[in-house]
This record gives sequence, C-alpha cells and structure tokens, in this order.
Amino acid sequence: MCLALPAEVISLDLARQAAVVALGPVRKEISIALLDEVAIGDFVLVHVGYALHRLSPEEAERTLSMMRAAGDCPEAELAGESAA
Amino acid sequence: MKYVDEFRARDLAEGLAGAIRREAAPGRSYNIMEFCGGHTHAIFRYGVQDLMPSNVHYIHGPGCPVCVLPIGRIDNALELAERHKVILCTYGDMMRVPASGRRSLLKAKADGADVHMIYSTQDALRIAAENPTRQVVLFAIGFETTTPPTAIALKAAADRGLTNFSVFCNHVLTPAAIKEIVESPEVRDSARVAIDAFLGPSHVSSVIGSAPYEPFAKVYRRPVVIAGFEPLDVMQATLMAIRQLNDGRHEVENQYVRVVTREGNRKAQGVVDEVFELRPSFAWRGLGEVADSALRIRAEFAAFDAERRFEISPSTAREPKSCECPSILRGAKKPTDCKLFGNGCTPDNPIGSCMVSSEGACAAYWTYGRFRQPASGSEAAA
Repeated sequence: MCLALPAEVISLDLARQAAVVALGPVRKEISIALLDEVAIGDFVLVHVGYALHRLSPEEAERTLSMMRAAGDCPEAELAGESAA
Repeated sequence: MKYVDEFRARDLAEGLAGAIRREAAPGRSYNIMEFCGGHTHAIFRYGVQDLMPSNVHYIHGPGCPVCVLPIGRIDNALELAERHKVILCTYGDMMRVPASGRRSLLKAKADGADVHMIYSTQDALRIAAENPTRQVVLFAIGFETTTPPTAIALKAAADRGLTNFSVFCNHVLTPAAIKEIVESPEVRDSARVAIDAFLGPSHVSSVIGSAPYEPFAKVYRRPVVIAGFEPLDVMQATLMAIRQLNDGRHEVENQYVRVVTREGNRKAQGVVDEVFELRPSFAWRGLGEVADSALRIRAEFAAFDAERRFEISPSTAREPKSCECPSILRGAKKPTDCKLFGNGCTPDNPIGSCMVSSEGACAAYWTYGRFRQPASGSEAAA
C-alpha cells in the first residue's frame, strides 16, 4: 500500500500542478501538489498518483558506496563460505 | 541511476550478507521487527531471510493498512455502497478484503453496487465532477504516505465547491502503532515475543521524517533504522541495527537517506494538518482500540466527511473464527501457525486480511516462503 516507485519527470505543467513521469516505457501524468520544487530530469517517488519526494542522486551514490564498503572486508575469508 | 536495479545488485548483497555474518555475535539473537508490509514483501521476494545467519530473525509487523483495517470499517464502506447507493471509490487493495459474512467490495460490485477502483484521489474528484447527481465517497485508507493525497483531494473539492464528494476517512498513524506493539504484554514481558530493534518505514518516513521516532527509541531503548524497500536497503539497515545492538546503542538511524530527511515533507505535513485532526481512539485489527492512532476530518471540512454526511451503523463485526491475523499482526504468531493458512485461506480465496494484500505476512509466506518455512508443529501447507 505504501509502495512508491522512483520515476523520472519528463514534462511539467506547473499551472495544473501536474507532471508526466516515465517509468521505463510507461508515461503517466501525476500530481506534484505535494512538492515545493521539481525540475525536468528529477527522479521523484510516485505513490497513488502523487509525487511524494525528490530522490537525491548524491545520497543514493553515497548509500551504494557504503554498501560496497561494508562488503570490502580484508577478513572476508574468515567468514567462511560466500552467500549463495 | 534509476534507483531500482542498483539496489538489487547481487554482488553488493553478497558483501552485505558477509558483513552481517561477521558482525552478528554468535552468542546472542537479533530479533528485528520490520514494521512495513513493503519490507515483509522484499524480505520474502528476494530471499533476504535466507542470507541471514540463523540468529538474525525478522518479525513481521502490522504495517499493512489493508491488514489492520477492522472488518467493521469495511462493513461501513459496503453499507455506503449498498444502502446509501453512493459511488464508492476505493484503492484496489481493498476490493477483496473479506468483511462480515465473507462479503467484500468486489462481491458488492458484482451484485450491482457502484464500486470504482481508483489509482489516485484525483480519479475520485473526476468521477464526482462527471456524476453531479450522485454522491461520491472516497474510501480513504492508509498510513501517512497515503494521507496527503486524500487531503489534497478534499481541499480541491472544497475549493471547487463540489457538493457530491465526501471522504470516509480511515487514515492511521505509524508511531502510535509501533508504541502499541512495544507496550503489548507479549512484548513488554518478552515472554512470547522478543523485539530487539525496528526497521522503520520507508515512504511513511519520507512524509513524516525521522524525528517522530526519536522519543520512541529513547523511551523504549530500542534501535530504529529507517530502511528503503529494496532488498539491499533492508540488508544494510539490518547491519546498522546489528551494529547498534552490539554497541548497546538505541538511536534512530536513517539508511534511506536518498529519500528521507529528519524533517520529512513539510508541505505534505501542512496540508494534512489543515484537513485532519487526531481521533481520540481507533480500532485496529490485531491491536484493538489504540489511542491517538488515527485521523479524522476537521470540523471546518465537515461537509466533506462521509461519517457526518451519511448515517453509518455501528458495526458489531467479528473476526473470522480460527483466523490468526490479529496475532500475526502483533508479531506474536507466524502465518504458518494459523490453522487456516493454505487450508481454505490462500491469496485466491482469502479468509483473513493478511492473505489479501501482497504486503500481508500470510500472502508473502504463501507466495514466496511456504516451501521453505516449516510451520511450528506441522509442515507448511503445499
């Protein structure tokens, strides 16, 4: 129910507080009434037809590098078999 | 960066699984409640539990709005559609949830009631504008994620002077439910359910921020790690919770930093505050009456409140006999502990609410885990 999908904003209609987002080949008009600012090219979380939040590309990269760092452990071989 | 596949990468999952195995101390167990159904779904769909060492356990929480809505409120929605002859607009998740006497909105629709499945609250506004001679009611359910879209629609109806649109409000609040679980006798005494840490909601937190969990972590001395819904998010948040438990810390940490901030979405919070106020008490399936755990429409928007506009009978609905959904929602039992699981109750033919939504613990077990999970006492139904 709280599922929300990251989708790219490809056009804006600020007068109607609407945007068209692309999710792969799918195009969907959504409401941007809950966002303060949004630009074409932003990724937004779409939930029941509304953009809830903009995604931060910098934070996403930082999260991925922390995930990589967690797995980069010199004692990894001590942990036994690798995950299947 | 598409924000999906990157967070499902196998090599990173292997690295995180290795880190969890290294850091989970063999002498203790780590019982982590994932509050959200979205997390439950991810854990089962991607086999996250199978990547954990045997002392790291996930306990499924009540974070599935479809599952926690009591039967009586669905009976009320049926009454609106059938007795008051309104056009009832509902999200698809609610269509198949069993009400009293195994009725459902889907069956009511088949019998001729005007039940419309909508994608967005904007659809409900459009239906009201297209049918000026009919009363249109939005069956509004969900946690803080789904509440702002309801508030926007209600305000738009007021601005446009729509006299045939109202909202049957069932919006509920996450922090109150987490608090209720920790204070339940089963958890408080740790007699039956041990919960060491929580994975906090993803998208609810995008709206309310991480700050509302801070008093909870402090008072109940349990770590809360806000986690995204992708499998790598769940794994990284699990590692963060394990580290907190190892260090003896109980803080609110945010793994889902690409979306969640401490203050959340202020604009969404503002529109919700404008339209809704706290309900003194609301009944949850599995938790019973919980104080200050839900919202109702403010008096200034009374004209758009279906509960004021229509006479709705108080419900005396009872849970289906033998259905363990209430205990499953509290984390006190597993789906496979229920006699009905796979034995009359399946996603195709749900008896309890946890089998309806794909985020329900029973549906997740049935779809992804029933051949893997030995039931306590008997083999899981095939």
